[in-house]
Amino acid sequence: MTVATLDTVPSAVPTELARGRGGGGPAPKRVVVAYGFWIFLLSDFVLFSGLFAAYAVLSDQTAGGPTGAELFNLRNVFIETMCLLFSSYTCGLGALSAERRQAGRFLIFAALSFVLGAAFLVIESTEFAGMVGKGAGPSRSAFLSGFFTLVGTHGVHVTGGLLWLIYMVAQVVAKGLRPHVLRRLLCWSLFWHALDIVWVGVFTLVYLMGAR
Amino acid sequence: MDGDDRVFDDRTPGVEEYEPTANYLSYTVGLGLAVLLTIVSFVVSQTNLLWPPGIPVGLIVLAFAQIGVHLVFFLHIGTGPDHTNNVVALAFGLFIVFLVITGSIWIIANLNANMMPMPVNMPR
Repeated sequence: MTVATLDTVPSAVPTELARGRGGGGPAPKRVVVAYGFWIFLLSDFVLFSGLFAAYAVLSDQTAGGPTGAELFNLRNVFIETMCLLFSSYTCGLGALSAERRQAGRFLIFAALSFVLGAAFLVIESTEFAGMVGKGAGPSRSAFLSGFFTLVGTHGVHVTGGLLWLIYMVAQVVAKGLRPHVLRRLLCWSLFWHALDIVWVGVFTLVYLMGAR
Repeated sequence: MDGDDRVFDDRTPGVEEYEPTANYLSYTVGLGLAVLLTIVSFVVSQTNLLWPPGIPVGLIVLAFAQIGVHLVFFLHIGTGPDHTNNVVALAFGLFIVFLVITGSIWIIANLNANMMPMPVNMPR
């Protein structure tokens, strides 16, 4: 590399276009932030892969206790799935409204996402409480330990996502849709969509295959 | 700015900068596809529309299809040159996920098959 090469780069690419592929300077902060968060989400998928593997290995070891077919209520699971899916949809529309600096619309969509996510959590915790009440708690069998660990970890992620959403709404109200608030909002929406992807694995592997 | 002068943007998951008008539509299309795939999954699992021994495989295929819909329509992971970084990271993540899940199932099934028969009076 010579000094001449370095000198020609800024003239070939104006600084306001300086991004991408190393030519003309570093990528915009927004791209860097979201890429870093994407790496975090992938590591979260790796965490869940361990729990999925444990559940898949243990799912037949019921130790004489209740099986999935006896415990799962697929109607509730379908409602949970729809809550999370529509919450992901309203979250996407909310992120879009925020990009377009439509704070009012963003707040409406954020409220919808929150209500749907909370409905999911209420149904799930009712299910958990019912199972524990029937003596099918996590200590009953290896199958139930795996079930509560996998589904419970997903539920904890949803709870964290809802708390994060409250925090984001407070920031939007207090600070407005500034660039750094928008970057945090982008990370939150990625997190929320990723949780829905994990849930697709949960309802397929745990509920649909377990209830057969 | 076209031809050789085109500057490739880095793209980032969750952002679709080039088609601002198509965005509401793309989320709605994604939602429709995801709802459809979910309903098909539930129906397939509860009926014998599919050849019964093939149902688990069918459910896994449907789940992968739905995960693909989520990645494309909600997270906006695409195939264009600007997405290279995101797709490479995703491929590596999926590789690890695949290794952990299939490796665990394979090894534990093998161990289970090689277990000595357990005596009846052994405490469980």
